[in-house]
Order: sequence, then C-alpha cells, then structure tokens
Amino acid sequence: MHIEFSVNGERREVDLPPMTRLLDALREHLDLTGAKEGCGEGECGACSVILDGEVVCSCLVPVVQVAGASVRTVEGLARAGELDSIQASFLKHGAAQCGICTPGFLVAARDLLDRNPHPTPDQARDALAGNLCRCTGYQAIVDAVVHAEAVRE
Amino acid sequence: MKNIGIGVPRGDGVAKVTGKAIYVDDLHPDGCWHGATVRASCAHARIVKIERDPAFDWTDVVIVTARDIPGENVIALITDDQPCLADGVVRHVEEAVALVAAPERERALDAARHVRITYEPLPVLIDPEQSIGSPIRIYGENNVFKQITIRRGDPPTVGRVVRGVYHVGHQEQLYLEPQGMIASARTDAGLTLIGSLQCPYYVLKALKRLLGHDRVNVVQATTGGGFGGKEDYPSMIAAHAALLCLKAGRPVKMIYRRDEDIRATTKRHPARVSIESLVAPDGRLLSWKADILMDGGAYNTLSPVVISRGLLHATGPYACPHVELSGAVVATHSPPNGAFRGFGAPQTLFAAERHMDRIARELGRSPLEIRRLNLYRDGDVTVTGQTLYDVGGAAVLEEALAAAEAPLPAVAAQPGEGGASWRSGRGLALAFHGCGFTGNGEAWLKGKAALELRDSKLHILTGATEIGQGAETIFTQIVAEELGISLDRVEVARHDTAEVPDSGPTVASRTTMVVGAVVQETARRMRAALQAETGSTSRDFDTLLAARTVDSPLRTDHTYEPDPNLVWDEHRYSGDAYPTFGWSCGIVDLDVDEDTGVVRYRRFVSATDVGRAINPVLAIGQLEGGALQALGWATLEEVVRDDVGRVRSDRVTTYIIPTSVDSPQMVTRLVEIPYAGGPFGAKGIGEIPMDGPAAAVAAAIEEALGVVLDRLPMTPERVVAEMNVALSERSF
Repeated sequence: MHIEFSVNGERREVDLPPMTRLLDALREHLDLTGAKEGCGEGECGACSVILDGEVVCSCLVPVVQVAGASVRTVEGLARAGELDSIQASFLKHGAAQCGICTPGFLVAARDLLDRNPHPTPDQARDALAGNLCRCTGYQAIVDAVVHAEAVRE
Repeated sequence: MKNIGIGVPRGDGVAKVTGKAIYVDDLHPDGCWHGATVRASCAHARIVKIERDPAFDWTDVVIVTARDIPGENVIALITDDQPCLADGVVRHVEEAVALVAAPERERALDAARHVRITYEPLPVLIDPEQSIGSPIRIYGENNVFKQITIRRGDPPTVGRVVRGVYHVGHQEQLYLEPQGMIASARTDAGLTLIGSLQCPYYVLKALKRLLGHDRVNVVQATTGGGFGGKEDYPSMIAAHAALLCLKAGRPVKMIYRRDEDIRATTKRHPARVSIESLVAPDGRLLSWKADILMDGGAYNTLSPVVISRGLLHATGPYACPHVELSGAVVATHSPPNGAFRGFGAPQTLFAAERHMDRIARELGRSPLEIRRLNLYRDGDVTVTGQTLYDVGGAAVLEEALAAAEAPLPAVAAQPGEGGASWRSGRGLALAFHGCGFTGNGEAWLKGKAALELRDSKLHILTGATEIGQGAETIFTQIVAEELGISLDRVEVARHDTAEVPDSGPTVASRTTMVVGAVVQETARRMRAALQAETGSTSRDFDTLLAARTVDSPLRTDHTYEPDPNLVWDEHRYSGDAYPTFGWSCGIVDLDVDEDTGVVRYRRFVSATDVGRAINPVLAIGQLEGGALQALGWATLEEVVRDDVGRVRSDRVTTYIIPTSVDSPQMVTRLVEIPYAGGPFGAKGIGEIPMDGPAAAVAAAIEEALGVVLDRLPMTPERVVAEMNVALSERSF
C-alpha cells in the first residue's frame, strides 16, 4: 500500500503492507533509527513519536493510520544543527545514560513542554509515566524537563 | 583541577540525544538474515529426535543443531559445563536446542515454531533447598557449584541469641535494549561479532573455543544498559549468531524479543540467608553466623563468584569478633542465574540489615543506635582478616541523616492514594561494597590499556566498555587532567578486540577505579615517552608536542599493578578481600496503604563514599539509578515462575519496574574519602547503590504498619499477607 505522510516536516512515502508498524516503517524504510524497540507492546515508550501533536508508541501504530498525518521523531528535535532546549537540558543534567530510552523521553518531554513550558516535578513525572528508564532513577530526567526552559534562557 | 570533580557532559551525549547513536539493532548489513532460537519445552529431558515439520515451507531457511558446531560445544566461562546448543539432553526449559535463520525476522520465528523436538522426560529438580544430596544429579557429585566457609575468632560463651531467616527473589536486569548480536564473515574466513555487551573479551574467549580457531573479533555496539545482564549472556547469543552465519553464508542478526529475553537470560540469584548472632546487653555484636543458599540454575556460569561476593558481604558493614560464614550455590533445572549489579552482595546485605533491625527490635533499642555501635571504623578487621582503611561508614551515616532533616516534598497523590488507611514510615540501611575483583582477581586479570598519540589527539584504547555508566567520559577526564589538556583532545577508540587490549570485564565496580588507574598511568607514560623522545624536561604537553621532530604515532601501554601490600589466600579465604570498600547509607520515606499493601515512595536520601567523584553528575546518575533498581526489587519486581522453572512474568506488563511516578524524589550526597590506589582517589561505585535500599524499605514498612517483612519482593499481596499473619498471631 502506498502511504504518504510528513516526518519531521518533510513529505515521505512508503510502499508497505498497511498493518506494518510505524516503528518499522521509520526504522527500516525511512532510515530513522532514533525510535527504539524496547518491548514491542506499548509499555516502555522507547519507540515514542509525536503523531499529529500527540505522543504515541510507534510500535502500536499501523502505518496505514498515519497516511496524511504529521510525525515528529527524535531526529526532528534539533533544528539546523542546534540542539533543542530539552536535548541540551538532558546533557546538562545527566538525563541520558545508556541512551536507549532517551529518544522516547525526549519526544514525550518536548510534547509536554510545548503545552506547559514550566512544568512542576510532579507534572513532569506524570507526563513521562509512559516511558521507562532503567538507568537514571528518573530524578535527572525530571530535573532536565523542569529546567529545560532555563537552559534555553 | 580542571577536569576532575566536574560534571562535564558525557562524551556520547550528543549522539544519544539526537538519536544518532548506533545500537546493534540499528545496523543492517547487506544481505543480512535474522536468527531465532528453538528452546526446550521441558526442564530435564533426553532429546530423542529433532525434525522439520514437513508441512512447513523450508525454502530460504537454515537450521543449526549441535552437530554444526565446528569446535567445542561449550560457552567457555569459569567452567565448561554449559553447551552452546543442547546435545542429547536439556537441563532447563529455555535451553537452546536448535537455531534457524531466514531472510525476515517473522519468518525465522515462524520456522523456529516448526522445528519438532521429541523428548523423553527425566526427573526434574527445581527447589534449591532439595538440591544438595538429591538423587537427581545436575552438577558434579552433589549439585554444588561452589561452597565456601570462612571463620574468624573464637565463639563467645555468653550473649543473647538472635536468629532470623531472610529470603530474596530473582531479579531481572531489564536493560531497556534487549540482547542482540550480528555475526558476519571476514575476508580471512573468520568472523566479526558486533553486539550489545559489557565484556568483549568474554565473547572472544567463548567464540574461539566454539569455532576452533582465533580468526574472530568482537565489537561493542552502543549498548542500551547491562547491569550485569550483558556480562556473560552475550557469549551465548554471539555463539548462536556465529553458527547461523556460518551455515547461511551471510550476515545473521539475532535480536531477542522482550519476552524471550526475560525468560531465557540470566537473573539475580534468589537466596535464603539464615543468621544467628549473639549480642551483648548493650547491643554490641559478639558473634555472627550466617548460612547462605543460592540457586544457581542448571549451569555454573558466574555462580561461584556470586556466592563468594555474597559471603564476603554477609556481615554487613559491622565489626564482630567472632564470625562464621558458610555459603553454597547449588544446581537446579532452572535457567541459569548470573550477574546483576551487586553480584551476591544485595542478597546478603538485605539479610544483614534486616537482622540488625531484628536485634534492635528484640533488645528494644533503636535500629540507628545498634548500627552506630557496631559500624566498622578505620582499623577494624573483617571476617577474612583484612584491616580496613578509608572507612566511610560513619561519615555516610551522619551525612544521610543530616540530609534527611530537610522537610519531605509534598508528592502529588495518585488516584486512590492518601486516604485514611495510608501510613507513613521511614527506614534506614547501610551498605559496604568491595571495589574491584575479589582477592587476587585483579592480579590474575592483568587489566591492560593503552594510549595512542595520533594527529595531535590522544586515543584511549581499552576493552572496558561504555554501557551507560559514563566510563568513556571518565577515562577522557582522567587523561586530560593527567596531561593538562582540554577534553576535546582525548578520544576513546572503538571497543573492537582486534584493536583494543583486554582491560578485564566491565563489571565489579572496577572500571573507574581499576581500569581508570591503568589509563592514568598510560597518560603518565605518554608524557615520559615524549620527554624521552624530545629530550625535553618540560611537563607541558603542548611544549613536548612542539618539540617533536617526527609526526609518527606514539603509543604507551600499561598493565594493572595491584598494591603489593595486599595479600590474599584463595584457599583459606583469608587476607585482603578487596583493595578498598565503598560505603553508603540510604534513608527512605514512604507511605503504605494498610488496606492494600501498596507502597508509595516519597523520598530517597542517600550518602555514598565514592572516594573521589571524577564526574559528580555521572556519579550521582549511577547512585540514583542503582537505588531505584533496589527500590523496584523491594516492592514491585517479582519473577513469577511455574513448577518447571519457566518465567511467567515475561513481559514489561507483568514484570513491573518503577516508572517516574512510582519513584521517589532522590537526594544524593557524595562523601569523598579517597582511596590512594584509585585515579585521583576514586573508589568503585557501580554496585553499592543496589545493596541497601531494599532493607531500608522493609524497615520503613515495619515502622508504618508494625509488620516485619523479611522476604523480597514486598509486593502488595505479600504485605497484606504478612499483616494478616500478624493479626491472627495477635488475636491468640
């Protein structure tokens, strides 16, 4: 099936069976390997992307469902070689360790910050509850999100 | 110092936050096929035959069995008991019997389901308590992988007896990146393995035996967490990928699905620890006897070393004149257990800390007072006769207590929380952890590293891997500091066994302290080499560079030199068990619902003696991440198994690790009591955060509900069950 959609602001097209996972379409057909597979059943959030303004697990989304839609992945966060504030904040606060969950956290955090640029620690924890991290204990991630705008300023 | 004690951003950070870091599953070699594993369905059985389902289309599918192994059918580690593929008999339900590869992953998985194996069942032994002396033989004469006894001092004649029995369950590492490996052919008819792993030289050693030649190299891809789970298991998946690659004549990638990863790979050893102590009326320890039993599973893997480290930490961080420790790790028909952060110590330290609480309870004293009284101090002697120096026990205790004075954060209650049935509690636990390999381990390992000057840049060559902990950043900081140059002039070479020396495995809280010291020495030698080459006596690196008349690369090597004052007798288990110890104190505040047993963490305060924090941001990251793994083990993480040892909680929905809302606010204090043998005084810190928190949680629940919990995990069901037991006892 021929499917067209926008990825990180660019028009992309794929010819794939309609039930192909969006995750596989991105990773194997569009060369965007930033989103990762941690569990394959929508629990860990490592494959998170922003689909028309909403954070989704791309392992649960059939590619047919994104026809005409707009997808944003971790590769689309930095603009013109300049890190997004949440990426810079993750570096500053040590919020990435092994890094496998990081792309998912970054898009979930970007989505939160777009709606609420100054979240409280509890709001950050709530917004990131769909993403699992086994390395950090989350405090560094919460700090990175809460202080992301300060990094920009 | 310009580069030490500073939280410089991690060197691999930009790649990781932009999605550009390349993990094994991000690689797609041309013509690559996908591998899958056919696993046993019985815990113990004779293999009668292996057949292909005639109804399945086997076009474009290769199958590998034990007969296809060119060298020895063994995953070489400490002993050679574990085969790469079962040959004739299976000894646990997840044992690999055959392998398949096909052009697509789904097709490979489908083909694996169509390999038919006929078994003749044999008697099964799952309960470790029944293992020693069982007529069902799994390993050696008596099913014991390793038994160790250590004694010190004379038994006292008086004292109050306090007895307790403590249990801990399995724990799954649950690195977020599943195990994965790619095997591909080299032009010299050898193989290259690239994968997610901690110890490239372990894989290399195993592959040489399997292949029967040494034309093989192992490359680490960016690795998405390990925590011990990628210490020895990658040798297995690498062996499987290698065999499929040889048979298929093309690259083969194996990536485990999460359920397979949880079922088949190693776990923390479950343990039973029985402690009998004698105490003086004031609470001072007079005698400490501990008996430890661990379940090793069907093969030896790393179990002897796990029981050893468990035993060496079984007194907790407390001085006692008479100690008798005995421990055994035994065989069962279960998937083998292996390395997980802490490596035996979290099991015995949970028991030791709960036992200190029991002593306090039985004597009517405060747990804090009992700990202060008995805590190790400089000059105290351990069970192995090691005199302790650089002891941070009292310092971390007081630091943590001071930090816990701050008011608790108001935590937003989740739905159903905070009602009249919720109770608050605080618990404290201490831990110590031996840094580096035990005894003569480091002397035997001879960890190596090298530094190469090329194009005005310094390249660190080491087999010690970056697995998220920040090792590469730490190494660059050490070299930059030693030579007085900026960080951007130091790089870490790719971890390819064809190019980097064997620094020993990336385990045992040794990478910064031991390999870091080797790296530091290569930098010192680099300066000396430049001085010798140029005839200059300058210590300034750029002056020396400018004085060079040649532009050829310059390389310095070094091998770890253990402190000659450290003496260890392997046979008597006496002497200096570790070069030094790290020390930690954790204080947890939690709320628990007495109706449901649900625990909600509010804050976790810790203070840890890290010797010297090379990079405080990375150090705190290790300490907080390790602490949360312990808090998860305490209340959420339960490996549920059926009666043949198959893991039933094999999904992220059924094996629950903490999310951001399950986790407490973390307050992490670093205490620095330097160890002279570590770079700039650094001690190892990778494992110690795993050691104490679970016992602190048990103490906090006890304070909140008055119920004594001596078994992990303390799931809501178990908390309620123990409350019901306590209630029924009270009513009699």
